[in-house]
Formats: sequence, structure tokens, C-alpha cells
Amino acid sequence: MASRGSGGTTTVFGSRRAAFLGGMRRAMGVPAIVLASSYLGFGALVQQVGLDLWHGLFSTFTGWALPGQVALLELYAVGASLAVMAGAVALVNARLLPMTITLVPLLRAPGVPRWAYYGAAHWIAVTAWAAGQRDCPLLPERERLPYFAGMGLLLWGACHVTTAVGFLLADSVPPYVTLGLVFVNPIYFMLVFAAEVRARGRVLALMIGALLGPPLYLLTPDWSLPLTGLIAGSAAVWLDRRMAAARG
Amino acid sequence: MNGLAESLFQESGALWPYLAILVGGLVTYFWRALGVALSGRIDPRGAVFEWVACVAYALLAGLIARMIVLPVGPLAETPLGARVAAAVIALAIFFALRRNLGLGVAAGAGALVLLTWTLG
Repeated sequence: MASRGSGGTTTVFGSRRAAFLGGMRRAMGVPAIVLASSYLGFGALVQQVGLDLWHGLFSTFTGWALPGQVALLELYAVGASLAVMAGAVALVNARLLPMTITLVPLLRAPGVPRWAYYGAAHWIAVTAWAAGQRDCPLLPERERLPYFAGMGLLLWGACHVTTAVGFLLADSVPPYVTLGLVFVNPIYFMLVFAAEVRARGRVLALMIGALLGPPLYLLTPDWSLPLTGLIAGSAAVWLDRRMAAARG
Repeated sequence: MNGLAESLFQESGALWPYLAILVGGLVTYFWRALGVALSGRIDPRGAVFEWVACVAYALLAGLIARMIVLPVGPLAETPLGARVAAAVIALAIFFALRRNLGLGVAAGAGALVLLTWTLG
């Protein structure tokens, strides 16, 4: 069974199966409750844009990464074309690329087939990613992928349940409570990135991006996302260098 | 495509929402799969990698700010002041309670409901 390190993190499970179950236990509790609650907001949004429950569940099943799911629904609601929706989801979820590139080396073990990493990659989203970054280096190599898979599977499963609950709630509570549920989406993203992003360059990117996003959207709704990313992201890298150089 | 498939997949067809959602899912998984393929071949501490990550985070922050300040859909009916105040309250509670995500989100959503209800 698991032994506990000084930081309260799990260090050794003893088998791949135990590591998988340990990952599930690790995700139960606060991470699952908070992430799953944010899917109440997604479920409510599904109901508000006039889609049905199965559409919401299909989205959580296939495209599990909340910002992209919300962006897709917003565009769907205003009648956007397939190309516009695909482009927006691609931009919004582009952060998954650097996240995956940094996490997968921490999951590797000798003798694990490549497809296993491609399967587990479906569960790379901010909650499991942050926990994986923290816990996996402390585990024996062969237990890392099962541990991450256990966390991912549990979180993913919980989100299906709350997608459905949010959908049903939105239909049965007063309208202003439904607004609160939908508002959970941007508030959750805002706090989760405020919590997990610590490196100065990325903090600057978040701050400048937040300032530029709304005015650029007023200027050009279609191009505001890529423009915000390119301008604010490049400015953040430049400022980060300047600040590092200034400190010598 | 034959006539039946066309009518199912075109906008307002029964399968159109599923097609849109599936395309969203494929695009999302594409980044994850590309990440697996590139991992180990790209140095995560390199300059290009850092720039890609900063662009991705800036874009996301821009989207979140837009969703709060200029929302599309049901939130557009709520007053701007209520949304901004609720976001500030969420941040304040979050940092005051040692980065408690659950209470921060609950405070933000609760504040919006109360403010909309009292102002509206």
C-alpha cells in the first residue's frame, strides 16, 4: 500500500494496479469536486443554448477540456460555421500541446507500448496535469502512467455525471441561479490558471492577455483570439527577458 | 453525400450538433496526440517552447476576460458591473483563503446571482 512522503504525496504503491487505484483515490475529494462542479456550469450552458443532454455528454466524452467545450457551444449558439468552430477550439486548446510535451516524459517507463501514452493523453487537462507534474516524479517509473490514468479516468467520469446534473438543474432552478451556474465557467478558468501558473513569463502572459482580450474582441471578433495570443504572449516573453536581464 | 445524409448533417439537421461537437473533440485530441509525438524531441526549457506556452496562456486569458466583460449567450443579460464585481470577489476570496479553488468559484457564482438579483 501507499507510503506517505513528507509533503503528503504518495511515493510507492508496489504494483501498477495499486498505482492506478491510488491515482483514483488521489483525484477523489477536492480535485474531483472542484473540476466536476465546473461541469455543472457546462451542463447548464448546454441547456441554455438549446441543445439536449446527449450533446453535452458527447462533448465531455470526446472533447474533454472545458474552455474548448464552452467556446464551441458559444459559437454553436450564434450559428457559426464548422470551420470557425474548429479554428476557435484549436486556438483555445492549444495550451494542451505544451502541457502534454512537459507531462509525457514524466510518465514514461521501459516496455510500455506507445499507444498507452496516446490513450492516457486524452486525460491531460489542467487538474490531472498539475497533480501529475507534482506526484509522478516521486513514483517508481512503472507506476507513473497507471497512477495518472487512474486520476484521469476518475476526473473524466465525474465530469460526465455533473454535465448531466448541471443540465437538469438549469431547467429546474430560478433563471438567475442558472446564470450563476453558467458564470462558474469563466470564474473557474480564471482561478485555476491563477493557481497553477507560477513561472513569471506565463503569469505576465495571463495578465497582458486578459487586458488585451476584450478590446481586441471589440475591434475584430473573428481574429481577436489569435491576435491576443500572439501580441500578449510575445510581449510577455520579451518583458520576462528584460526583467531577468535587469536583475542580472 | 446522398440526400438523407445531407439533410441530417446540414445546419439544423439532427446530426449537425454531433458533427460540430465531434470536430471539436478531434481538434482537441490533435494537440494531445501531437504533444505525445513531440515529447522527448523538444526541450521544454527552450526559447521556442516558452514562446508557444506564453502565446497559449495569453490567448486563454484573453478568452476568459472576454467571457466576463463581453459575454455571449445568457450572461449577456446580467449587468457588466455585477460580473466584474463577482470576478473580483472570487479572486479576493481565492487568495484570502490560501488559494481555495472551490470557495473562490462558489463566492464568484454566488456574488453574481445576488448582485444580478438585487440590481436587476
